[in-house]
Amino acid sequence: MSFVLYILAALTVAGGLAAVLLKNTVHCALALTVAFAGLALLFLELDAQFAGFAQILIYIGAVAILVVFAILLTRGSETPKGSAYSHSPLVGLVIAACVFAVLGWAVLHSTAQLPPGTTSATPTVTVADIGNALMTRYVLPLEIVALLLTAALIGAVIVAMHEKEGSR
Amino acid sequence: MIEKADQIFVLLGHWLVSFLPAALQKPALVLLAVVAIIVTFPALFAITVLLERKGLGRMQNRYGPNRVGPYGLFQPVADGIKSLTKEDIVPLSADAVVHFLAPVLLVVVVFMGYAVLPIGRNMTLVNLDAGILFFFAIGASSELSVFMAGWSSRNKYSLLGAMRAVAQMISYEVPLLMSSLAVVMITGSLNANRIVDAQNQYTYGLPHWYIFTPWGFAGFLLFAVAATAETNRSPFDLPEGESELVAGYFTEYSGFKFALFFLGEYVGMMGISGLGTTLFLGGYSAPLQVLGFVPSWAWFIGKIMLSMCVFIWVRGTLPRLRQDQLMNFAWKFVLPLSLLNLFVAAAWRFMGQGFLRWVVCSAVLLIAYVVMARVGMKREHFGPRSYRYAE
Amino acid sequence: MLGEGILKGLGETARNFAGSFVSKERLTTIQYPEERAEPIEATRDFPFLVYDGNDWEAGLRCVACQICEKECPPKCIYIVKSTDKKPDALGKPQIYPTRFDIDISVCMSCQICVEVCPFEAIKMDTEFELSTTDRFGGLLYDRAQLARSNEYYHSIHPTEAAEVDARLAEEKVKADAKAKAAAAAAAAKAAAAAKPAVAAAVPASSEEPATKKPEAETQK
Repeated sequence: MSFVLYILAALTVAGGLAAVLLKNTVHCALALTVAFAGLALLFLELDAQFAGFAQILIYIGAVAILVVFAILLTRGSETPKGSAYSHSPLVGLVIAACVFAVLGWAVLHSTAQLPPGTTSATPTVTVADIGNALMTRYVLPLEIVALLLTAALIGAVIVAMHEKEGSR
Repeated sequence: MIEKADQIFVLLGHWLVSFLPAALQKPALVLLAVVAIIVTFPALFAITVLLERKGLGRMQNRYGPNRVGPYGLFQPVADGIKSLTKEDIVPLSADAVVHFLAPVLLVVVVFMGYAVLPIGRNMTLVNLDAGILFFFAIGASSELSVFMAGWSSRNKYSLLGAMRAVAQMISYEVPLLMSSLAVVMITGSLNANRIVDAQNQYTYGLPHWYIFTPWGFAGFLLFAVAATAETNRSPFDLPEGESELVAGYFTEYSGFKFALFFLGEYVGMMGISGLGTTLFLGGYSAPLQVLGFVPSWAWFIGKIMLSMCVFIWVRGTLPRLRQDQLMNFAWKFVLPLSLLNLFVAAAWRFMGQGFLRWVVCSAVLLIAYVVMARVGMKREHFGPRSYRYAE
Repeated sequence: MLGEGILKGLGETARNFAGSFVSKERLTTIQYPEERAEPIEATRDFPFLVYDGNDWEAGLRCVACQICEKECPPKCIYIVKSTDKKPDALGKPQIYPTRFDIDISVCMSCQICVEVCPFEAIKMDTEFELSTTDRFGGLLYDRAQLARSNEYYHSIHPTEAAEVDARLAEEKVKADAKAKAAAAAAAAKAAAAAKPAVAAAVPASSEEPATKKPEAETQK
């Protein structure tokens, strides 16, 4: 495990923790952005260029802004009154432990599946390879996802239009 | 000799680094290149600011600044000293941390974009395989700094300006990507150097720049419009409109932070001009083969400065677009045209060499332009008003 | 066609840009303070007092009637009348202002003082570079600072000054003619009064001085 990986991991975890523990909601959204950035850097460290840049472009460039807009348009910038922590921490801890166990098992089990002779170097996957795969092997899921996104867009437009209709 | 002049910075870098032990040489070279970028582009920024003020002045039948130094050449120095020595005012109820981080984030993000631009032959800082994607990813992060600036000021007008700016930047992000996608599709790679190499060939002394193809010309125009909107530049500068919202999202910034925003905006403009140059204008290649003796980095910088001149020219000419006009323009005109451009580029690729593809592609694009202008940009006709009175 | 207006506009600005280096009409800036714009003749800035002749104290036209002080909207004029009379340019004894202060930081250049002055004594100057660092009295001008000669008035407002001079000369001629006529009438009356005074002594002499006195007084 390299030194850089430790730093990036610390950054991501710190971002995630800050996103949960901070009082001001917009601060939480910005901390979440830091966590996204940490993830992107982790991808880049592992030489997955497309995944890293797509993470920055989509998560930081669009999702973070969406989150921030949503916060602003619904709750405003007032800090929430009352405790930000739930009233039953024990249940939360149990659920968190279960999720961690499942994810840990999945990760460890996946490396065990590799044949024992492989080197630790990851195969280089270029953008061209990803493009090729998307257009030949995974073209049906791609089209289905596109259809789903179009349906979501049309639904959003209809909902917004209805609201405009309703406010008249 | 010509080779030497062309590669002078690379050779200089290697020579300087050779004094260090072998293990440190690679990081030192990268560091040197970073320092070179951080020094060059703000210097170009100073020149651009002066050019803008004097150029706009001449276009408006007046002198620009001409008191500081001969012909006002030291005006940027005076401006720099002014912005450094001004009092840094932070509103009492503003969010101090976010308020401080917003200009920092903008400047960092904007400078990172230069890492993948081929400034000359063998002069790309990081030769990433997905270079163009990196540039767009980094550019998208600059919207976040605009939002942070507007929100942290606790000023309704700043927030309004920031919202408008973010909405505008997001809307024009899509046509920007689409128009560059045509270039990427034809070249077959996201690598900036590969794109420049594809354009660096000459037939009868004329270059193979993508702007000289029908889809490239349309793509370049669409890219230019989207780039103007991305950098909040006139005629799309409503978010920072000087007469509407004071200064929009950077109303509450004074002194050095304002200078940083200003620097970030102009350096971002130069970065996106650099990308446009790489994609459409052939990067560091010379326009005619006979002019190949001029160093490649000189061509690149020259093309960037030419783009800046066009930006300034457009700023001096066009009135500001209103927010809804801006958005209409983006979604109803620029986006469909850029999608169509993608199709036309594909058709260009598969129609084989010859005269036919020029005619067909140009005809399709022209007809689409005229049709979209009639359909997409229809103005609302207001009928007679109907009044409703309270009962 | 969409885009046509943009191209025309770009051409216009390019023409402006290129033309500003060659033709004067595309670069109309006057670089103050090295160059000055020619002021028009009717320029007005702050008032001054006109004096005839060479001695400003003796030739000051102002007779301290205080009409301008009363009419001034921001009340920037302060006049103190004199207690004695001094002969003016025409030789007649007139009262004169011992103090005539105008606060030009208050004056709004409305020219009402000029319009109401019956003696053409106060006119508008064209000086505007009057900034001073003395914030307490620097912009308060007294009589000596406000007095300017009639030649100066001619040099800044030639047509107006010529008009004023013509009017004053006319009035002077009329006044002289009236004085002459009055003197002649008085002399004739005196001669006529001398003859019947011998014939019808007491009732005529008691009547005529009474009629002659109001006549002589109105002619002064």
